[in-house]
Amino acid sequence: MRYGWVTAAAAVAVASLAVTACGPAGQGGGLSIKVDGSSTVGPLTQAAAELFSDRNPDLRVGVGTSGTGGGFEKFCNGEIDIADASRKITAEEAEMCRAGGVSYYELQVANDAITVLVHRENPVNCLTVDQLRQIWAPGSQVNNWNQIDGIDYDAELTLYGPGTDSGTFEFFAEEINGDKEEQRADYQDIGEDDNTGIAGVMEDEGAMFYVGFEYFDANKDRVKALQIDAGDGCVAPTPEAVQSGEYQPLSRPLYIYPSRESMQKKHVKAFVDYFVDNSAEIARLAGYIPMTDEQAAKTEQALSDR
Amino acid sequence: MADRYQGPRRARLATAGARAAVESVFGEQPRGDRISGMVFRALMLLALATALVMLTSLIIYSAWRGWGRLDLDMITEKPSRIRPEQAGYGPALVGSIYMIVGVIVLVVPVGVGAAVYLEEYAKKDRWYNRLIELNIQNLAGVPSIVFGILGLAFIARGPIGLGLVVATGSITLALLVLPTVIIAAREAIRAVPSSIREGSLALGATQWQTISRQVLPAAAPGILTGVILAVARAMGEAAPLLLVGAAGFTPFLPVLFDGQYSALPVQIYRNAVEPREEFQTLAFAGVILMLAVLLAMNSFAVWLRNRYERRW
Repeated sequence: MRYGWVTAAAAVAVASLAVTACGPAGQGGGLSIKVDGSSTVGPLTQAAAELFSDRNPDLRVGVGTSGTGGGFEKFCNGEIDIADASRKITAEEAEMCRAGGVSYYELQVANDAITVLVHRENPVNCLTVDQLRQIWAPGSQVNNWNQIDGIDYDAELTLYGPGTDSGTFEFFAEEINGDKEEQRADYQDIGEDDNTGIAGVMEDEGAMFYVGFEYFDANKDRVKALQIDAGDGCVAPTPEAVQSGEYQPLSRPLYIYPSRESMQKKHVKAFVDYFVDNSAEIARLAGYIPMTDEQAAKTEQALSDR
Repeated sequence: MADRYQGPRRARLATAGARAAVESVFGEQPRGDRISGMVFRALMLLALATALVMLTSLIIYSAWRGWGRLDLDMITEKPSRIRPEQAGYGPALVGSIYMIVGVIVLVVPVGVGAAVYLEEYAKKDRWYNRLIELNIQNLAGVPSIVFGILGLAFIARGPIGLGLVVATGSITLALLVLPTVIIAAREAIRAVPSSIREGSLALGATQWQTISRQVLPAAAPGILTGVILAVARAMGEAAPLLLVGAAGFTPFLPVLFDGQYSALPVQIYRNAVEPREEFQTLAFAGVILMLAVLLAMNSFAVWLRNRYERRW
């Protein structure tokens, strides 16, 4: 009893050591590939990593999702091998990479579309880009559907959208309002939790929410995606329309940026090659829209360019 | 100090207490007192019920939503994008265990050392000791995300530059709970009666012998309890880890100083924001797993305290 506490403490210590000791030893310290960036591209890279690891069990491919901007920050700092991006690298980020001595390939791996979702009972089927701009422009006063030009539906308009540091926000604001930072501020900011927006659109007949294709695809039976009219008629967000370029202006390419230095390493090169060669299958598994043959050829071309 | 032999005084106090208790039960109470007593009691019960209802509804709701995934795969399997119905928390759980083991290894010597200094050696009227004390109290109240920023700037990058690895996460969490551990250890050391110290010193032991052979062993159960509670808190933290590189998808066991890692709360968060139903079910199952781990740790702390605590 007198040394009871010593025994207890020793037991805890031994147990802890045992846990630490057997972990890394069992792992053998295989090669690792570090990926971080866009939470939209993340699932794609994750599917690629999983398929690749099934064939190469010693390889440790980890995929973080701290956002396109966050990914580039780590990438240009030399902390990761590959950056996932839902948009092209900006001039500012390119400068940051130059300062950090990181050069890279820019490879498209799939397509995505921003879908505009509404309640299933909402009678509106199609909006023009001008109507979208009227709703989402900075300082917009549109608070009921019948305030939108050419729409005769009386329901209070509740807007849901991602947080301002999201790549989806930047892309939507750029395409609709013409500036990646400009959008009305009085909407329900769901941050990075897109399911909250889906739930909002399911419950509220006047709600509107814009989100990546993947979220619409997973909730097809619960919400309705509006068709978008960019001047050539209403187009629904289908994989075909996105691939053919008809779903405008809310289609976007998704990229990975492997660093040239990491690509010197055999295992990173092998992973990127695998990703590019199987991009269609990977996109299908992750619920994304694959590249067209033309896009795929361009990616292969970019990869072979030294 | 005030630890003289207190036999007769204690006896007197005890009889007085007993008499008061008997009187309060059988004696007549003024009406006003009775009513305010009842109201107070009702309020207390309400407060207790609120806490219990919240906890049980959380457990029931999570168990209900996560029922389909409360299986062994959840613990043993790695995260999966392609097979969401089989995805699990294996690497995240191991990552969490690495980190809390690291936290214990780092926090116990530093925390206990600081507590020993402050309780046994420090002169309380010196300004620097008061400054240290004030700092520790304040640090205990700093939001965890701030420690995340600290970890990113000084441990992952900057002067230490370990990179975004498990060790960084572990050190960050250790810094986060260090103030709590120091405060708990001081409390435990202070609870050791000074008659023990004086007895030891009177028998010719040096101050260090007194501390290492009398004070610390006597305070150990209290210190251990404090450490376990602090570690349980560290284990539940997601915010600072998001900043120091805990990733959502690591289908491999972490390595201390290389490669990415994950942690249980981070993985739960990542699963919860996924569009597919399977991941959301898994997130709720993860909540149950997390609660089970935390409850086990807290129960261990309670058991430890009851088993080894000495009464003076």
